[in-house]
Amino acid sequence: MRFYEFESRRIVERAGIPVTEYGFCKTAAEAREAAERIGGSTVIKSQVLTGGRMKAGGVKFADTPEEAEGHAEEILKLEIGGHMPVGVLVDPKAEVEQEYYAAVLWDGRAKRPMMLFSDMGGIDIEEVAEKHPDHVGRGHLSNLHPIPDFRAKEVVAAAGGLTGRELTRATPVLARLAQLQHDYDMTLAEINPLARLTDGSFVALDAHMEMEDEAVGRHQKMLGEIGVELEEPRELYEPSEFERNVKAIDEADHRGVIQGKDHGFTGNLGLVIGAGGGSLTLTDAVRSQGGKPANYAEIGGNPSVAKSCGLAKEVLQKDGVEKIAVMMSIVSNTRVDIVARGVIKACLELDKDPAETIAVFRIPGAWEEEGSKILGKYGIEFRDRSTSMWEAAGEAVERIQG
Amino acid sequence: MSILLTEDFTFIVQGITGREAVNLTRECLDYGSKIVGGVTPGRKGRDVHGVPVFDTVEQAVADHGSQIDGSVVTVPPAFTKDAVFEAIENGIKLIVVVTERIPRRDVAEMVELANLRGARIIGPNCLGIIAPGVGKMGGIGGPAKDAAKAYEPGAIGVMSRSGGMTTEISSTLTAAGLGVSTAVSIGGDAIIGSTYAELMPLFEADEQTEAIVIYTEPGGRMEAELVDWRTENDAKLPIVAFMAGKFMDDEEMQGMSFGHAGTIVEGAEDSATQKIARLQEAGIPVVERIDEIPGAVKDKLGAKV
Repeated sequence: MRFYEFESRRIVERAGIPVTEYGFCKTAAEAREAAERIGGSTVIKSQVLTGGRMKAGGVKFADTPEEAEGHAEEILKLEIGGHMPVGVLVDPKAEVEQEYYAAVLWDGRAKRPMMLFSDMGGIDIEEVAEKHPDHVGRGHLSNLHPIPDFRAKEVVAAAGGLTGRELTRATPVLARLAQLQHDYDMTLAEINPLARLTDGSFVALDAHMEMEDEAVGRHQKMLGEIGVELEEPRELYEPSEFERNVKAIDEADHRGVIQGKDHGFTGNLGLVIGAGGGSLTLTDAVRSQGGKPANYAEIGGNPSVAKSCGLAKEVLQKDGVEKIAVMMSIVSNTRVDIVARGVIKACLELDKDPAETIAVFRIPGAWEEEGSKILGKYGIEFRDRSTSMWEAAGEAVERIQG
Repeated sequence: MSILLTEDFTFIVQGITGREAVNLTRECLDYGSKIVGGVTPGRKGRDVHGVPVFDTVEQAVADHGSQIDGSVVTVPPAFTKDAVFEAIENGIKLIVVVTERIPRRDVAEMVELANLRGARIIGPNCLGIIAPGVGKMGGIGGPAKDAAKAYEPGAIGVMSRSGGMTTEISSTLTAAGLGVSTAVSIGGDAIIGSTYAELMPLFEADEQTEAIVIYTEPGGRMEAELVDWRTENDAKLPIVAFMAGKFMDDEEMQGMSFGHAGTIVEGAEDSATQKIARLQEAGIPVVERIDEIPGAVKDKLGAKV
């Protein structure tokens, strides 16, 4: 789950890391009020779930509340990377002495969280790591032991040899960030820039948090407290009608799982395929043989007739879909006969001839004799494991392209 | 021989009274595996297909009278970490975690404790292990007769991030007369108990295994780890790979942006195309079709002789 900057700031603040005073505003008038309250120069930042705000004109500086209002009005109307902002953040233009970088994230290879700290913040950390490796401190954490301050201190000290008050003031910030990453299952907890102000204090000027989707359920309390609506979509793109419909069919029935996606797909061959790895393999096999899939799908966990039928119907009703290919890797849980019934039912309910509409049916495994019989009644040839996944995909492509 | 499992290998099923667990217990017993107990808190005294159910792993171990070798954990995600800790702290050394959708932090904790205690975790989000003709641990291959059809004993070790594709690939190897020494569904999550590289030493030490087949997908850096392992160790077994999900490299499929910080911790995350290049550079052929796997394996075996 991704967070807007203003939410990330609230999370950081709750963890005991100082932030500058800020105002989240939904209208230009609110932005003006926030700027008046803050006093002095301000920064107006678009609150949008995508990167590249600065380049797109989503971050602007203002010297007066009037100017802040004007910028907010423009930014609120500005679409960035296909996303509309949910508001703007009004932030004081801080008196920054130096900028730092702090982050805690998973190292999948070590299977542990890793802390990162650099005294060269505010810029692309990847570039810093490449050009100035001695300015990036790194250190792993144990998953089992409490997070010790000294580990954070080691990481800060390794970043360009930081010492003195800089070291002692930055250490608790990094340790708290590590605690936050752990406590809230963040896949990424990043403060960039972390600023040292003219008075020597450290504040987070921007923060970027991502919570693991699997863990969202156990952090409802915190999410509620910072005002995150769990119902609002935070997808990388707006779900299509097809995707929403398939999701609704899946949620209506607990037996088995179906998923459907069509983002980026524009072809004429509907795919009713599974399971997870099988779907990836089959989609590649269709495309590599010149086929044009209309969608991606995953069937698994033995869905009911209604569910298989629902998925097949949604696929068949997509614009430009002429035929469907029903294919899976060898199944041991999902039943061949149930999927067969479902896809035939879908054809019949849409007044389509199953033998014409189903370009290929290749699902070897559980209850395949029964499935083969049902398919036979409707003139569909059943393909078992002696037809490879590649061959089945090729047959479907050939049938649709003639 | 096989890896991980033997004829006398004993295990329990944690969460044995769940629907999926009841099925896999039946399948494993039919296949000849020795399930010596099951655990579901509050269900002590029942039995599942003749397997006694206990409230705790400790009771199951006491009833068995000696150390139990393994456990299949199939409990809801919120309880999985505790169940795995319970197994480890009761001396169990091989744990197959079937449960999916477990937060990474929980998995990382299980793995760290397992390392401290000398235990091994397979999964999560996997179907388990099968040593054809020896035993199976988990739902891999399905009912015993289906498992027997797809998996004949042979010379090839299989490791796969997809449970279903483990069986598809093994079936292809069986049909080609090569057979399978041990197949491991390693799980598809970002952090798993045992990666390709972590299982390779076991296959290398196994006399039965003559070659390895891996199935992989986009995401993660496990292939890079495997390549490094092979370079750093004097590895003998030839490896053939299959990479699914190449279509995800296409620009119109993207929308996913990877953070820069991730890149500097683990190195740039490879696209499918980059993974293929990395494997092939290291002498690991990546075939385009599943049905090309047996031929590629035979080529490698022929070249070795």
